[in-house]
Amino acid sequence: MQRVFGSINIKSWKFLLTAAVLIVWIYCYVANGDVTNSVVASGMRFGMPLALASMVGIMCERSGIVNIGIEGTMLLSGFTGFYVASYTKNIIIGLIIAILTGMLTSFVHALMTIQWQMDQIIAGTIINILASGLTSFLYKEGSTVPNTWPIFDIPILSRIPFIGHAFFSQQGPIQYFGLILIPAIWVLIYKTRWGLRTRSVGENPGSADTAGISVIKVRMINVVLGGAIGGLVGGFICLELVGSFSKEFTAGAGFTALALMIFGRWNPMGAFAAAILFGLAQALSTQLQIFGVNNIPNQFITLLPYVFTILVLVFSAGKVRPPAAEGKVYKKEEA
Amino acid sequence: MDTLLNISNLSKSFPGVKANDDISLHVNKGEIVALLGENGAGKSTLVKAVFGLVRPDSGTITIKGESIAYGDTAAAISHGVGMVHQHFQLVPVMTVTENIILGDEPHKGMFLSMKAARQEVIELSKRHGLEVDPDSVVEDLPVGIQQRIEILKALRKDIDLLILDEPTAVLTPQEIDELLEVMRNLAASGVGVLFITHKLREVMAVADRVVVLRNGKLVGATTPSETDEEGLAQMMVGRNVVLQVDKGPAKAGEVVLSVENMTVKDSRGHEAVTNFSLELHAGEILGIAGVEGNGQRELVEAICGMRHRTTGTVKVAGVVAPDMDPRQVHLMGVSHIPEDREKDGLVASYSIADNLILNQFNLKPYATKGIRDFKVRDAYAEKLVEEFDIRTPSFENLASSLSGGNKQKVVVARELTQDLKVVVAAQPTRGVDVGSIEFIHNQLVSARDTGAGVLLVSAELDEILSLSDRIAVMFGGKIVAILPGEGADRQYIGRLMAGLTE
Repeated sequence: MQRVFGSINIKSWKFLLTAAVLIVWIYCYVANGDVTNSVVASGMRFGMPLALASMVGIMCERSGIVNIGIEGTMLLSGFTGFYVASYTKNIIIGLIIAILTGMLTSFVHALMTIQWQMDQIIAGTIINILASGLTSFLYKEGSTVPNTWPIFDIPILSRIPFIGHAFFSQQGPIQYFGLILIPAIWVLIYKTRWGLRTRSVGENPGSADTAGISVIKVRMINVVLGGAIGGLVGGFICLELVGSFSKEFTAGAGFTALALMIFGRWNPMGAFAAAILFGLAQALSTQLQIFGVNNIPNQFITLLPYVFTILVLVFSAGKVRPPAAEGKVYKKEEA
Repeated sequence: MDTLLNISNLSKSFPGVKANDDISLHVNKGEIVALLGENGAGKSTLVKAVFGLVRPDSGTITIKGESIAYGDTAAAISHGVGMVHQHFQLVPVMTVTENIILGDEPHKGMFLSMKAARQEVIELSKRHGLEVDPDSVVEDLPVGIQQRIEILKALRKDIDLLILDEPTAVLTPQEIDELLEVMRNLAASGVGVLFITHKLREVMAVADRVVVLRNGKLVGATTPSETDEEGLAQMMVGRNVVLQVDKGPAKAGEVVLSVENMTVKDSRGHEAVTNFSLELHAGEILGIAGVEGNGQRELVEAICGMRHRTTGTVKVAGVVAPDMDPRQVHLMGVSHIPEDREKDGLVASYSIADNLILNQFNLKPYATKGIRDFKVRDAYAEKLVEEFDIRTPSFENLASSLSGGNKQKVVVARELTQDLKVVVAAQPTRGVDVGSIEFIHNQLVSARDTGAGVLLVSAELDEILSLSDRIAVMFGGKIVAILPGEGADRQYIGRLMAGLTE
């Protein structure tokens, strides 16, 4: 009983936050249904790339590898995806190339950190600098892609009152795919053999090793799979959401994704919820600018999502518990 | 008899050390072989090579006549080898079931079938009489249970050879007896058991054969019936060792350390020491017996100023000691041999000489007006290295270059060569070989004889029994009994340590 007023229980805390969001949502919906629907839908659109990017972090860190190179992975794969699509006039090939680029970039990261046992922060930084330099150097103006992915409604689901419009209408295929992929990653991590092994490698590689699990193999595969998702996000942004490549288009999204991963406790569904919340804050700030709230300067309204991130991190920090072996090199033989 | 495991001419070097030098040994079906040796003798390396965790440089390992590929754990497992590791190889945040099935999970397609796994764990635990709750999270369980999980993990496959690397280091006497019983049962069912230990008593109790390693070489093999504990110790160390501590009766003086109604929380915020009171006299050794994790660590840290006291006071010779100020507590005459020498006792990347004056480097004569005097330091270091028999080519070498026993000697040398009122020694001989144990014990006794009060905290009941003038048994953050050291009953104390009052 004495714990009720003591430290705030994380579950009740999550519950309160969810309840608050729902109440605000319903209130706004009643007040102005159309605007609310479009704000929520654009919150989804802002949130999904971040949610997917944080899946990259989860795949890597659950197996014990810190990957701060998500930013660079997305940038590189967005670049190759866009220009290949532009050259071949085929966005499907472009997306495939983007995914392959992501895998290759992550493979380099895996090689540096797992095989050569390099510091993981430095490896990630190398990837970020490399990506930023390479894409800026090779960047050419004026390229276009023939088309972006079509936007459509999902039949039946989009008609569900209240949530249908937000989740299932007026989006592209990758956006919808994310709604399947994220729960699938959750199932992978918590319900499959691969997931159990991945978590054991991220928590205590020694125990995995003595159980006959190859720590190196599990880490390699997770990092490369994570890279595939990173490539998907790069392609997603350049070929579906925006439809073009611009220098440094990621603008820190890779790092925001890591913050959302931490906020979501390395749990795919948690990170997804965090990303959607962040996306909503961003959508709301855009909407406020459109409404033109006169007495608050625009700059402050644009700050809203970032203030939100900082607040969320401040209040959720301290209770987080990352995978125990994260960031540590695993050496098999120790005297 | 059927030979199960055969190791021949196995060698393995690590940079700077020959851990295993041309070792040959075998284990038969249904036989318990004890592998004995000092720290750094190469025991762990040898069994890790058998289990595929270490890749030998040369030599062959065969199991049931088939040779095993080097450095392949999966192959060792598939040949029927199970191993219980010195440092538990468990994933703390996972459940008992998840830990036991890891590596060979019951599954349907790619999905885990946790129901089947849980059932399997329950049956496994019943079959071997090792009770566990399949749904508990491992980190919430006491070490004795964690050990059980490790053994169940090893027994899950039908194994022919069970390797145990210092399995009894953290167990209560009762738990040790249970474990020895499990080993006997396994041997009776035809499993070969190879176990590493420091504890000669266990060897005498359970082993069919004893193999002794020293400096990476096999120096002898015997059976318990052909020798006794003294004989085994001599084989391990290579010289005569006196196992019984030679000490006269204590001349207890006035109270030098008193703890009054102290409550301390552990790092997770739970109460670890509850309303604790204790008096330590000059000229006595007060041993605190108890299974690890019953608040001993927090008690020691709170006394030495390394952990916050929620309530209560600590007085050194009648003066209240400050909370959370280890330097001040030290200056009041309390020396501290910490439980974790690597973390709290030494700076590994400093020289041995610097480590020896770590608590007074800024004081005269080691420094004047903030400038250090290395001549004084060197002379002092030379003297202590000699006096405490710290085995090193030079006191300029880094502390990290020393073996465990010699590191501990550095800590003991530093802490026991000053004017002392109180010595707090936490697990002073943990992971230290027989020869160094003898030496450290004698040092503690001589500190007592020069008038210091010694608070000895140890999980080794033998150590408590042989050194203490009084014994306090700690359980659940409290002292449950204080007994005279003379004629204390081992079994009775063991029961108290396990929380049984009757």
